[in-house]
Amino acid sequence: MTNTEQGARRVQDTPPAGDPVLSLRGISKHFGAVSALSDIDLDVRAGEVVALVGDNGAGKSTLVKILSGVHQPSSGTIRFQGETVTLDDPSAALSLGIATVFQDLALCENLDVVANIFLGKELNPLQMDEVSMETRSWTLLNELSARIPSVRVAVASLSGGQRQTVAIARSLLLNPKLILLDEPTAALGVAQTAEVLDLIERVRDRGLAVVMISHNMEDVRAVADRVVVLRLGRNNGEFTPDASNEELVSAITGASNNSVSRRAGRRQAQAASPHPEAGL
Amino acid sequence: MTDKSKSGAAPMLDRRDERVTHAAGIGDTIRAFLDRVRSGDLGMLPVIVGLVIIWTVFSILNPVFLSPNNLVNLLFDSSTVGIISLGIVCMLMVGEIDLSVGSVSGVASAILGVLWVNQGVPAGLAILAAVLSGAAIGYVYAQLFNRFGMPSFVATLAGLLTFLGLQLYLLGTTGSINLPYGSPLVRFGQLMVMPSIVSIILAAVPGAVMLYTGHRTAARRRAAGLSSQSSGGIIARAAAVTIVAELVVAYLNQGRGVPWMFGLFVGLVLAMQYALTRTRWGRSMFAVGGNREAARRAGINVRAIYTSAFVLCSTLAAFGGVMAASRLASSSQQAGTGDVNLNAIAAAVIGGTSLFGGRGSAYSALLGIIVIQSISSGLTLLDLSSSLRYMITGGVLAIAVIVDSLARRSRASHGRA
Ligand SMILES: Nc1ncnc2c1ncn2[C@@H]1O[C@H](COP(=O)(O)OP(=O)(O)OP(=O)(O)O)[C@@H](O)[C@H]1O
Ligand SMILES: [Mg+2]
Repeated sequence: MTNTEQGARRVQDTPPAGDPVLSLRGISKHFGAVSALSDIDLDVRAGEVVALVGDNGAGKSTLVKILSGVHQPSSGTIRFQGETVTLDDPSAALSLGIATVFQDLALCENLDVVANIFLGKELNPLQMDEVSMETRSWTLLNELSARIPSVRVAVASLSGGQRQTVAIARSLLLNPKLILLDEPTAALGVAQTAEVLDLIERVRDRGLAVVMISHNMEDVRAVADRVVVLRLGRNNGEFTPDASNEELVSAITGASNNSVSRRAGRRQAQAASPHPEAGL
Repeated sequence: MTDKSKSGAAPMLDRRDERVTHAAGIGDTIRAFLDRVRSGDLGMLPVIVGLVIIWTVFSILNPVFLSPNNLVNLLFDSSTVGIISLGIVCMLMVGEIDLSVGSVSGVASAILGVLWVNQGVPAGLAILAAVLSGAAIGYVYAQLFNRFGMPSFVATLAGLLTFLGLQLYLLGTTGSINLPYGSPLVRFGQLMVMPSIVSIILAAVPGAVMLYTGHRTAARRRAAGLSSQSSGGIIARAAAVTIVAELVVAYLNQGRGVPWMFGLFVGLVLAMQYALTRTRWGRSMFAVGGNREAARRAGINVRAIYTSAFVLCSTLAAFGGVMAASRLASSSQQAGTGDVNLNAIAAAVIGGTSLFGGRGSAYSALLGIIVIQSISSGLTLLDLSSSLRYMITGGVLAIAVIVDSLARRSRASHGRA
């Protein structure tokens, strides 16, 4: 059913050809005295899944918010499809074709599922076409194997995973060129996670660029073509998905002697488990 | 992977999850309605219950209360404040408030009087100027709110005093301008009622529209593989609406008839309801009221939505002020003062529009103002002074807010925020 099993994936030695869809140079973001991001470089090509990993507070969500126009960078340049762009507000990013699933989902709880999926993009603004919007919503949700009882209930009455599915469905609505997924599978069940990973591969194969943030190394390995590590707001290495767990963990935590490897070492010493934990 | 396999014939797109119970017959519909109410999704229920109680009490105390002519007067009075209240619905929808609608309506009536009577400007132009002043006031509020982050209640509280001052200044030492009796505007506010045949036809329009759009939507939904309302259900609802409307009209026609001004008010309510529920602008209003940041991230121009709400509210307040002037045949220093402000806000809340934003409907202005005017008319018939009227209206508002808060809490615990 799924392709999440580790090792079942091809190893991508050469990065996909072509110019990057998205290219960041020297992006910094300060919140008052806090430097959430310093001098970040990132390239994402069409048909490529880039996983963005890092510990809590590493700046991943901040980077995604800059790319979706929620925050403005303090300095640095963003090039999208070869042109330097400024993303003054979310609508600028949306109209360029950058769709985002936010970590906090950003749904309107008082509106129903259809209204949330089509928010800001309603068909037929002067006499909304509810029938087409509802059919399209069901199509999108079924593609994600959503378990949503009714699309005419307020989002407030949905479970966390159902809400996440709604947020993902919304990002796919306009056939974006770049999709940013901030922990898209954090709240999802087994089948839905597999479905989202499948979906990521499908949109990648359609030639879209995907940036995925995840704390689950298994998921990252399953779909990513490249793994970009952020640490304390800085680039801290770039890996292929077949990089060893130790390498990734030490890049994420910044030391080879860290709590994860110590824990793994202890476990190995006890010969309790043949592998260190994959998830962090 | 999908649920298609669960039954032989492919079920309708929105009926695939077997956990959901779908209302099939009339009994189920009623049960679903009771469930909704129990979970705090009260809608129009409290105001309708309230209305029944109020009317029963007052008609027992004084049978004149329910006489056709008293109700006609009640509708005349409801229309002016009701129009103002419609603007309040817009503000509450985005989770903000305008406390200055009374003063703005007073300024508008002063502008009308000064321009039309004192300066000799044609009535149409004077009305236009008064209403546009309202729009300008709303635009200023919106700038204060959007650019300086001024909370709406502070900005409009400042406006309350400012525009009361402006009203007094415009009216000068005389303090009151009488509008020409017999002019179309004053006759509109005091006398003009629909010929009975017109009122009977107009009362049939909503039902006919429901029937037409209901069938069209049902056919489109069936074609798209979605569940649809049964023909019988559509006809039953349209018939119910038509019967109620025709009964009301027939009763009012026993007296003077249906005021044109009330017809105008109902027309505005229907237009607003359409705009709120069927257009992208209305959807954005709900979204901004529900979760401002989510609305912004969905690409909605949140500032423009706030601006539209402020401008609409002040414009409707000014228009309500013009209507009030025509009703009283004067522009006076008292116009828009006293309980106008509170009544307009209370009407929207009593009618079921939430003070917390993102929830409500244009109908709440209509139903709410009828409740308030019923109280005031009933107490007037009982020869009770305005002191008691104020206290009772204040109490009713407090009850409405309590109902709103409790319903909100209950919705939260039943997952229907
Ligand atoms: N709006 C804000 N104002 C001030 N500081 C902020 C703001 N948003 C983020 N930060 C700070 O920026 C840093 C990075 O936060 P960010 O949300 O990007 O982390 P993250 O990598 O997404 O972490 P997590 O894995 O927990 O989601 C944190 O130190 C946080 O406190
Ligand atoms: Mg984050």
